Amino acid sequence: MSKTYSIEKAVYAGVDVGASHTKVALIDTAGHLRGHGVRKSGVNFSATAEMCLADALQMADCTADQVAHTVSTGYGRHNVTFASGTHTEIGCHAKGSYFYFPEAITVIDIGGQDNKIIKLDSNGRRISFKMNRKCAAGTGAFLEEMATRLDIPLSDMDGLARKSTETVNIGSYCTVFSATEVLEYIRHGKKVQDIIKGLFVSVIRRVLEMDSLTEKVVMTGGVVAHNPYLIDLSEEQIGRRVWTPPFPQLAGAIGAALYAKATQTSDNE
Amino acid sequence: MAHETKQILRRLKSAKDLSRFMADYYYELNEAAISGKRKIAWCTSVGPAELLRGLGYLIYFPETHAAMLGATRMATDLIPTANAMGYSPEICSYLTADIGAFVKGITPLSAAYKGITSVPKPDVLVYNTNQCRDVLDWFNWYGDKFNVPVVGIESYRSVGEITDFHIDSIASQIENLVAPLEELAGCKLDMDAFKQAVALSRECSDLWAQCLATASAKPAPLTFFDGTTLMGPAVVGRGTLKAVEMYRLLLDELEERVNAGEGALVGEEKYRLYWDGMPVWGRLGMHSKMFAELNANVIASTYCSSWIFSALDPSDPFKSMARAYTELFIVRNDAYKERYIQDKLDVFGCDGILYHNARTCPNNTNCLYGMPQRLFRKTGIPFVIMDGDLNDLRCLSDEQTKTNVEAFIEQLEEMK
Repeated sequence: MSKTYSIEKAVYAGVDVGASHTKVALIDTAGHLRGHGVRKSGVNFSATAEMCLADALQMADCTADQVAHTVSTGYGRHNVTFASGTHTEIGCHAKGSYFYFPEAITVIDIGGQDNKIIKLDSNGRRISFKMNRKCAAGTGAFLEEMATRLDIPLSDMDGLARKSTETVNIGSYCTVFSATEVLEYIRHGKKVQDIIKGLFVSVIRRVLEMDSLTEKVVMTGGVVAHNPYLIDLSEEQIGRRVWTPPFPQLAGAIGAALYAKATQTSDNE
Repeated sequence: MAHETKQILRRLKSAKDLSRFMADYYYELNEAAISGKRKIAWCTSVGPAELLRGLGYLIYFPETHAAMLGATRMATDLIPTANAMGYSPEICSYLTADIGAFVKGITPLSAAYKGITSVPKPDVLVYNTNQCRDVLDWFNWYGDKFNVPVVGIESYRSVGEITDFHIDSIASQIENLVAPLEELAGCKLDMDAFKQAVALSRECSDLWAQCLATASAKPAPLTFFDGTTLMGPAVVGRGTLKAVEMYRLLLDELEERVNAGEGALVGEEKYRLYWDGMPVWGRLGMHSKMFAELNANVIASTYCSSWIFSALDPSDPFKSMARAYTELFIVRNDAYKERYIQDKLDVFGCDGILYHNARTCPNNTNCLYGMPQRLFRKTGIPFVIMDGDLNDLRCLSDEQTKTNVEAFIEQLEEMK
C-alpha cells in the first residue's frame, strides 16, 4: 500500500542491518542519494534501524511521512518492523552496484561477517553468486580480531598499511591460526605496518579464492569503505582496475532503497 | 487469541502407512533379536539384501538408523564421542553418529517404538563399498565389537561404461558370499526364495521410480523432503511384498493428486528445483518449510533415486544384482553423473539446481570438482551451493543457508 503524499517529495528507504553495522540510505524519485545513517548494529536491530533512519531523514531534511516505501536487507532484515519488504543482501548489493555501473559487472562485497562475489549481466540480472563458507577469514571480523591482537585501533589500519615497506605472508585459511601467525611475526620483530599489509593481502586472497572474476570488478562493503588501501592492493593482486561506488558501505542499503522505489513504481502501474 | 498456523504443505495420507511399515519392520527385528529365532544380518544400504532374504535373514540397515539419529537431532551430541575415539569429524557423520550412539547405549528406536531398548544384535555384517570406503570401517568396528563375521563386496568406483568385467567380478563376489552366509544361517540358499526376493526388489524399485516420476507433473505432487522419508521401504524393505504394497498405495495417492492437479505446496509452485546430494536430516522440516514459503518445490533429487534398481532380473539373480549395484549414480564417473543430472533437469522441468556440499560425505557431494560450473555452461540452468552436512549440525549455518536459498530464488525470479 503506498502512502498519500506528493510523489515529488517522496523518498525511499533502504535499511541494511548487517552483522556489524546498520546502514540506512534514502533516495529520491530520481534515485539520488538524499541522506544516510550508519551505526553499529548492536543487540537491538530494530532500535538501531530506527535511529539510522532518523539520522538519514535529518540529513535529507525530510520527515518520516515522506518515506513512501522501505525495504530491509542484511542479517537483521526481518527485525526491521517498519519495512514493507525484504531482499537478501546479495540482491541489494547487486542492485546498488548496478545503479552506479549499469553494465556487466562482478561485485565483490566484503562485509563484517561475510563476503560475496556476485556476477551480473549487462541487464543487471544475477548470473551467479557465492558467499564465503562459514568462516570469518577475509571479512571485517577478521580485521577486527587482528586489530585487537595488535593492540591498535581499527581505524589506524589503513594508514599503517600504507607505510609498509615489506609484506609478510599470512597464509592460513583460519582466523585463529592467522592470529598465531601474526604472533609469530611479532616475536620475530616484524613491523606492525608490514603485518597489517600482510593481513590486507590475506583478506583479498581469501576473497579471490571464492570465485573467478569476469567483466568490470566493483568492490563494496564497509571494509573497503574504511580501508581504501584494499582497493589498491586488490588491483595489484588482480592486475586490473577495481571500481567502487561513491559510498561502498551503503551499496546494500542503496540497493534496498532502489527495490523500495521499484515497489512504488509497481504500485502506481 | 489462538495462533493460527498457515498450512503451506499438503500431507500425504500414505505417510501413516509408512509409519506403520517402519514400526512393523523394527518390531520384527527386535523380536528376532530377543528370541533368537531368526538370524539378523546388518547390511549397507545397497548391500546384497536380496541374497540375505533368500537365506532367511532379517536385515537391519545401520545407515537408516544413522539417518534417524540425524532426523531426531541426536547425532550432533553423539558424534563427538566417536571423534574422541579416533574417528575424525571430517569422515562420515553417519558412522560417527551411529558408533557414538552405540557407545553411549542410545538409540532413537526407543523413543519411536515403545519396548525397543537397543539396536538388534547382528549375526553377521554384510557390506558393499559401492557407497564409500567408510562403510567398511564402520562395519569392521561392529564386527569386532560383537565378535561376528564381516563379509562383503568390494565395488568399483568412478565407473564409466559398465563392462562384462565389472559384472562378472561383482557377481562372483556375491556368489562367494553364499557359502559363509549359509554356514552362519545354518541352512542352504533357497534359490526360489532368492529369485522371489529379486523379483520383489525389482517391483519395489519400479514402483518407487514411478512414484518419483510423478513429480514431473506441474505442480509436483511430492517434494524431495517427502521423498527422503517415503523411500524408507525401498531401503529397508526391498525384496519384500510389504514394501511393494506400500508403494502401490503411495503411487495411487500421488496419481490421484496429479489427476486432480493438486501439488504438494498449498501455494503456487513458482520454482521447480533439483537437489543434488544428501538431505540435512536434522533440518528436513525447516528446509521443507523454507522452500514452500518461497513458492519453490524441490521436486527431484539424485539421492531419492538411489534406490532404483532397474537391472534386477529374477531369471539371472547374481549378474543382475551385480549390474544393478554398479549402475548406481554414486558408483559412476563424472561424465556419467553430468549426463544423468542434465537429463533429470530436462525431464522434471527444473528452474534451478541446489548442490548440498555435505562436509562429511564427499562421495555423495557433486560440487567439489567443478561439476556445477560445467553443467551451468551446458544447460544455462542456475545453481547454488549450500554448505552443510547430513548429520553433523556443527557444519552448517542456518542463517547462511537461508540467505543463500532466498538469494537464489530472487535470482530465479529476475530471470522469469
